[in-house]
Amino acid sequence: MTTTTLHVNGSAHTLDIDPDMPLLYALRNHLGLNGAKYGCGLGQCGACTVLLDDKPVFSCLTPCSGMEGRKIRTVESLGSAEQPGPLQQAFIDTQAAQCGYCIAGMIMRAQALLEQEPHPGEEAILAHMAPNLCRCGTHLRILEAIRHVSKDGVKHAG
Amino acid sequence: MTRRSLWLAAALMVVVFGGVSAFLLMWRPAIEPVELPQHFDSEQLLRGARVVEAGDCAVCHTRPGGKYLAGGLGLVTPFGTLYSTNITPDPDTGIGRWSLPAFERAMRQGISRDGHFLYPAFPYVHYSRMTDEDIRDAYMYLISGPGVHAPATPNQMNFPMNIRPLVSFWNLLFLHSDRITALPDKSQTWNRGKYLVEGAGHCAGCHTPLNALGAEKSGQSLAGGVVDGWEAPSLRGMSSGPRPWTSEQLVGYLRAQVVPNHGTPAGPMRPVSLGLARLPLADVEAIADYLLSLQAPAATRSKESSKMTPIAAQQAAGLALFQGSCAGCHAPGAAMRTIDARPGLEQTSALHATSPRNFLKTVMEGIAPVPGMPGPVMPAFSASLSDDQLEALAAYLREQTQPDEPWTDLSSTIHDLRQEAK
Repeated sequence: MTTTTLHVNGSAHTLDIDPDMPLLYALRNHLGLNGAKYGCGLGQCGACTVLLDDKPVFSCLTPCSGMEGRKIRTVESLGSAEQPGPLQQAFIDTQAAQCGYCIAGMIMRAQALLEQEPHPGEEAILAHMAPNLCRCGTHLRILEAIRHVSKDGVKHAG
Repeated sequence: MTRRSLWLAAALMVVVFGGVSAFLLMWRPAIEPVELPQHFDSEQLLRGARVVEAGDCAVCHTRPGGKYLAGGLGLVTPFGTLYSTNITPDPDTGIGRWSLPAFERAMRQGISRDGHFLYPAFPYVHYSRMTDEDIRDAYMYLISGPGVHAPATPNQMNFPMNIRPLVSFWNLLFLHSDRITALPDKSQTWNRGKYLVEGAGHCAGCHTPLNALGAEKSGQSLAGGVVDGWEAPSLRGMSSGPRPWTSEQLVGYLRAQVVPNHGTPAGPMRPVSLGLARLPLADVEAIADYLLSLQAPAATRSKESSKMTPIAAQQAAGLALFQGSCAGCHAPGAAMRTIDARPGLEQTSALHATSPRNFLKTVMEGIAPVPGMPGPVMPAFSASLSDDQLEALAAYLREQTQPDEPWTDLSSTIHDLRQEAK
């Protein structure tokens, strides 16, 4: 065990964990942030996607060591059930979730794109979202939700 | 005539002669536009499709997400950024008004139909060595396809290379269009392999070091180069050395498979190998036959033992990173190891290479999925692993693989690769 400080959604948390613990486990089991999901554990489905220094990463394959000074953001940072952020609201409006397991990862990957490129074209959206999979098959609605927001642009959320 | 007027006349003659020479060197006529034929021979189209595949035309002439052969892929060179052109038969933006002679002139001399010089990133230096039949078949295949309206993206070349006629001087130095002749004392397979490697396949385009003018260094053909930050390893002496390739392994590798003792193509070689996988097996076997016959140049590398005691803390960090980021797919018992019989990382060419480039590039960029194709797939780690973590991971795995030859340039290579990626 060793002491590791994680900067998550704007606050610092010092945890006593193994350095090779996947970031996903720390987020869910130690910080109670259950948005990101464990899907395949192999970086092939994207259900665990969070933002690390504004870039989407698979948190199941990202060890907690080396997180000093790096900024982690999860879906919880974008809004709440009462006050969803623009992208979350668009996912609700388009009913982009069936079982919902992939959605936190989908939203975070899309968030990274929209922060970097507020009005991405169709090709850019498709290429950017390719790593994340949805087993229920709601991809068309997920893409529609992203298009909704890309019309207005999304504000950088802390 | 006075002495003075004699001098003037002589000077005038020099100027005129120089001007005419420069004009002849740098000016090429347009070739008349034509109407394309409407009927094609299906056998010829099949042959042409194979030539286009062997020539990797689509690798550069299709941009990610773009239409097949409609161009627009950016190619970063030391002289600026070029964008590949539309080679679909669209009459306005593609080659839809090109006659066969215009196409052949482009392939052999690097001149566009309207007479402008093409940049040598288009490998006419190699295509010029192809047979008339192959060029004709490729032409028929290309003009038989659907035309796509896709205007060229303007190049961003630096001065003076933005002045196209200057390419004529480059051609004078480096374009030697000798055809590939079969060697009678070699097998048909070997000769076919040589033809594909040196002609359409233009392997030397990446696997040969470049000189200051961006041309392949003479006498060092296939001795290895660097392309897009990846090491294109030497293809000389693949059948010898400490980690020899078998024919079976090389054929599998060239066809994008995962092979024992070496791994699978990544980086710029991946699309090339996916193309080779669509060629007849006999052609890939011929390429392997020829490549494996190439001998390593006489050993000049003095092997200095740079054995350093690995730093325990870095090794521990590297092991922890391997467990957290890699073991799910690459540990001895991992499911991904049994699915496609992928070798342990300690067997891969990337970890045995003298330079850490290809290992680092593979970790940073991963192996992207190709829609409609089975794996292998690897996620990119450039956003999740810091420079220190990359270094620790590479040092750890190198120690597991080649304990006597640690990579000493890890930190600077990682720095360079990060800069290049920006």
